[in-house]
Amino acid sequence: MVLLKIKFTQQRRVHLAQGLWLLSWTAVIWGAIIFCLGVYLKMELLRRDEVMDNTEIHVVPNILMIVGLASIGTNWVASCVCQDSLDATRFPRWKVLLLGWFAVAAVLCCLLISVVALSFILQGRLEESLKVGLRNGIRFYKDTDVPGRCYQKETIDRLQIEFRCCGNNNFKDWFEVQWVSSRYLNFTSKDVKDRIRSNVDGRYLLDGVPFSCCNPSSPRPCLRYTLMDNNAHFNYEHQSEELNLYSRGCRQALTDYYMELMNSTGPGVLSVILIQMSVLLGMRYCRLRWKESWLWRTQRARFWLVDPIATEGSSEDADLEKAEKEASPTPAS
Amino acid sequence: MALMLVKFDMKKRVKLAQTIWFLYWFAVMAGVLVFSMGLFFKIELRKRSELMDNNESHLLPNVLILMGLIACGVNAFGGKVCYDSLDPSKFIKWKPMLKPFLMFCVGFNGLLFVTALLCFVMRIPLQFTLAEGLKNGMRFYKDTDTPGRCYMKRTLDLMQMEFRCCGNDHYRDWFEIQWVSNRYLDFSAKEVKDRIGSNVDGQYLMDGVPFSCCNPSSPRPCIQGQMTNNTAHYSYDHYTEELNVWKRGCREAMVSYYGGLMNTIGALVLLVTMLEIAVTIGLQYINSSLSSLVNPEDPESESEGWILEKTVGETFTDIMANMKAMSKGGKVEEEAEAGVATVS
Repeated sequence: MVLLKIKFTQQRRVHLAQGLWLLSWTAVIWGAIIFCLGVYLKMELLRRDEVMDNTEIHVVPNILMIVGLASIGTNWVASCVCQDSLDATRFPRWKVLLLGWFAVAAVLCCLLISVVALSFILQGRLEESLKVGLRNGIRFYKDTDVPGRCYQKETIDRLQIEFRCCGNNNFKDWFEVQWVSSRYLNFTSKDVKDRIRSNVDGRYLLDGVPFSCCNPSSPRPCLRYTLMDNNAHFNYEHQSEELNLYSRGCRQALTDYYMELMNSTGPGVLSVILIQMSVLLGMRYCRLRWKESWLWRTQRARFWLVDPIATEGSSEDADLEKAEKEASPTPAS
Repeated sequence: MALMLVKFDMKKRVKLAQTIWFLYWFAVMAGVLVFSMGLFFKIELRKRSELMDNNESHLLPNVLILMGLIACGVNAFGGKVCYDSLDPSKFIKWKPMLKPFLMFCVGFNGLLFVTALLCFVMRIPLQFTLAEGLKNGMRFYKDTDTPGRCYMKRTLDLMQMEFRCCGNDHYRDWFEIQWVSNRYLDFSAKEVKDRIGSNVDGQYLMDGVPFSCCNPSSPRPCIQGQMTNNTAHYSYDHYTEELNVWKRGCREAMVSYYGGLMNTIGALVLLVTMLEIAVTIGLQYINSSLSSLVNPEDPESESEGWILEKTVGETFTDIMANMKAMSKGGKVEEEAEAGVATVS
């Protein structure tokens, strides 16, 4: 049973080898690009490591990097094979590797497809991880004197400024934690004592947010404190105020950012899959052509694309094989 | 006596041509680099033109862009000539053009050098433009309802956050202007009336700064208001407080940013100038070595190459003599024409 049979003339063989050589070098470059994409994604994930609870999402850039490197290697081998395929003396040494090469290339294609699938599947896990990480970050915001957490304030502030977000889901998350360090609270003042007594845990809670939540696009100087009290500020209504603070939560902002990054690698990955499949197919024909002419003499044929005994090759093929049979020594069968 | 005479045989000529061809392609890329640097600088100036009162001079980036384009063209042409110099039949068609082309290259190199100097010198007018622009920018911070100025607040806030600076020279500049819009002031409140009454212009001045002055590295939540009142905040001493708001002034920050950019561009243009001089000298050697073949029929014979056919002094006197002859020739032609006119 024949699948995708193609007749080959000498010129077609040369064109096939040349085209395949060019295609495999293109695939090498694309493999390098995939590797760089993986490195970039990993760096971006590591930069925000402090607001993530686990590193499950790191599997996506890890696979991208491995696939990129493997793709560079396999396609470089493919280009060497193509270069030697037109030379009868140099091609035989590659024959041994070819079966292994097909297996590796097939595995690479599967891995690439799995990367695209994983980046969608892991979105939920990423959100969970960010939720927990940001919650902790907001809780430890005030601990600028505790070793190991003293940079939490700066990290959260810079994150909120860069991603234009406030809090975990929205700015009200800041009302539920004490984000002012106790070192800067005057415990003798009435206001502080009232606030501490107003809740079970004895925390200094206020309806205010840090400065990093402020939106520069607001026409009004930023209002950060007593946000729920309309009378505290002139011409202010907290229900209708939109531009004063960032309305988006940081979890949403970060998830959107990373999803966009992973989706943008999608087209690159898909084109690598296409190129890799074409190289695979081309190499199959390449191998086939030679195996056909060589094994025709040894009467051993096991192909899943073409059965040389059942089919008739073109007349030019038959002539070529005859010439080869006369030219080269018959191998022992 | 020629200047820097070098003997050439066939192999040396070929090697020279190949090296200079390679260097010309390098120079084409350098030309592209100069062009892109000019473009980048232009974009950076446009981004912050609001803060410079739209008064900034675009002379330098425009010159860089022009020089980059000319460099690309000149170097591509030079590369082609070098490539053809190995083939005597092809080189014949370029020969007449080479001398004027080389003169043009010398002039172009001089202009490149002047551009590099311009990069270092233009820093000073930029400094003044920035100082003026920032002062005005801060005055218009509150005018978020005035058309044409409504984005000044956003621009200033983003700039202070990005450059980590506050005010013109330091944060106290904000104390001297009203940066809160009148729309958000309750004129019936005693505090507001006091503040407005406290100064001649009737401005609402306060010892506070916008939120964009806050330093995220501070261990303490940002203190923006009543900054000079130590008792208003617990455990606060405004004399010793250093991390609360950015200490640097924005004029200094912007000048150092743009100054650094211009210094880098100036240094790169100097390097490109040196490369251009090297390829010009190389092309002159190729030209002179191919025109001084011992046996003109045999392309493989030996020859000599030089930078100037005669010494510098003699070349200079020659040029002066040529110019005098040209002007005298022009005068003679004018007299002949006048004579013809009077006769007829």
